[in-house]
Amino acid sequence: MATITERLSKNEILLADGAMGTQLFARGLEAGACPELWNTENPEALSDIARTYADAGADIVFTNTFGGSSIRLGHYNLSKRTSELNRAGVKTARAAISDDIFIAASIGPSGGMLEPLGELSEDELRISFTEQISAVIEAGADMIAIETMTDISEATIAVQAARQLSPSIPISATMTFDKTVNGFFTIMGVSVKQAVDELSNAGADILGSNCGNGIELMIEIAKEFKSVTDLPLLIQANAGLPETEDGKLVYRETPAMLAAGAGRLIENSVSIIGGCCGTTPAHISAMRQKIDHLK
Amino acid sequence: MTNDILTQLTQVLQTGDATAVSDLTKLAIDQSIGTKIILDDGLIAGMNIVGERFKKHEIFLPDLLFSAKAFYAGLEHLKPLLLKEKIASPGKVVIGTVQGDQHDIGKNLVGIMLEGAGFEVVDLGKDVSPEQFVDAAVETNADVIGMSALLTTTMPVMKKVIDLATERKIKDQFKYIVGGAPLSDKFAKEIGADAYCFDTVSAVECVKGFVKGK
Repeated sequence: MATITERLSKNEILLADGAMGTQLFARGLEAGACPELWNTENPEALSDIARTYADAGADIVFTNTFGGSSIRLGHYNLSKRTSELNRAGVKTARAAISDDIFIAASIGPSGGMLEPLGELSEDELRISFTEQISAVIEAGADMIAIETMTDISEATIAVQAARQLSPSIPISATMTFDKTVNGFFTIMGVSVKQAVDELSNAGADILGSNCGNGIELMIEIAKEFKSVTDLPLLIQANAGLPETEDGKLVYRETPAMLAAGAGRLIENSVSIIGGCCGTTPAHISAMRQKIDHLK
Repeated sequence: MTNDILTQLTQVLQTGDATAVSDLTKLAIDQSIGTKIILDDGLIAGMNIVGERFKKHEIFLPDLLFSAKAFYAGLEHLKPLLLKEKIASPGKVVIGTVQGDQHDIGKNLVGIMLEGAGFEVVDLGKDVSPEQFVDAAVETNADVIGMSALLTTTMPVMKKVIDLATERKIKDQFKYIVGGAPLSDKFAKEIGADAYCFDTVSAVECVKGFVKGK
């Protein structure tokens, strides 16, 4: 079976899945509970989510391990279960879907800040990511997806930790950008160019952006990436920015809008397209049709 | 001369140089510029500029946090004088991220900017229960309760805080402001909050408006 790297090298467009959080809450995850705990306590729900996205046409399904670094699990006093919860995150997804669909292990920010602004040392952060990433690799992840990063040092440490553990596993590193008068920057002040330089240097194979923007701004971000790198790009837009309606959160970008946007991302040489907050299996399914239509 | 020191103070505050801010604040005190003037026209004026520039994305979170550290380095020298001279802060705000929510960057920024505007801030941290909010507001005799949430699933806790104050018949002792990515004006009105604050600058403006009206 062809690997992600092989398929990307043949200029194939791969479809990633959509939001995880909303799917968990829809299945009864309580507010304030640790989402990763469900990898062992409610694996049926995780299998169901993986299957739903696979059925919608995703080529790559992301694991429920976004907050699985030992530092972040520490918020719930679960650091000691880092390996177990991350392994289970990969295995529940893997068991639920067919072998030709890839499993990307989601690796999100630690939730803390590095010294001198925060209290984390680089070593603590490295150890935290290494523990998480070694578990997902051991459990059979096909790709390491470092995502929603805003601090270049933290993202770099995560990429290095993954590369140190495996010389060959595909590593994607995506950051969350805001539009400013001088171009796109993360809230920590990282430009697209800086993200490209430092993350590719650290060993990432796939770069891009997830979260924080709807599809229109993501197209602009993709263009800015394309102007500074030839590496494959991964873009996961939100279904717009959240608005509230009768106390409930709504995302207004429809499956059709994201599908149209997917077409424009492909025109701008984006290789992997998926969804972030607010996207549903319906969005992924619409993007699947768009990608197939363009073939 | 007075103006020079205060102008310099606002400038070094923007660069985030805590040592320079500390030294200049001490110098200003030694030169008897006046505690309130140093605070208002030096430290607070500097943080105002920093807040505006952050809002416009001209500077980023690390810049703002370094400036905040510098601000506190200066404020340390003024605090005993403010107490001694009985210069009251314009108001007191109890802030926290609501129960079930671990996201505190936005709440921390609001805290920094409120202190940067001269308010007293009681920061309860994250995962704060309705009881903790109301108890702390009573104990500290706060003017405003500020609640933050990033998760849609934790937003309802904000209503519980206001309901609890209503139940204890002390709702009107405080004003209630709410903020966080998924919130809106409409949500704030629905739960009985006094204001939804879109960003740190609007949070400071709201609190200023409330204490003025007192």
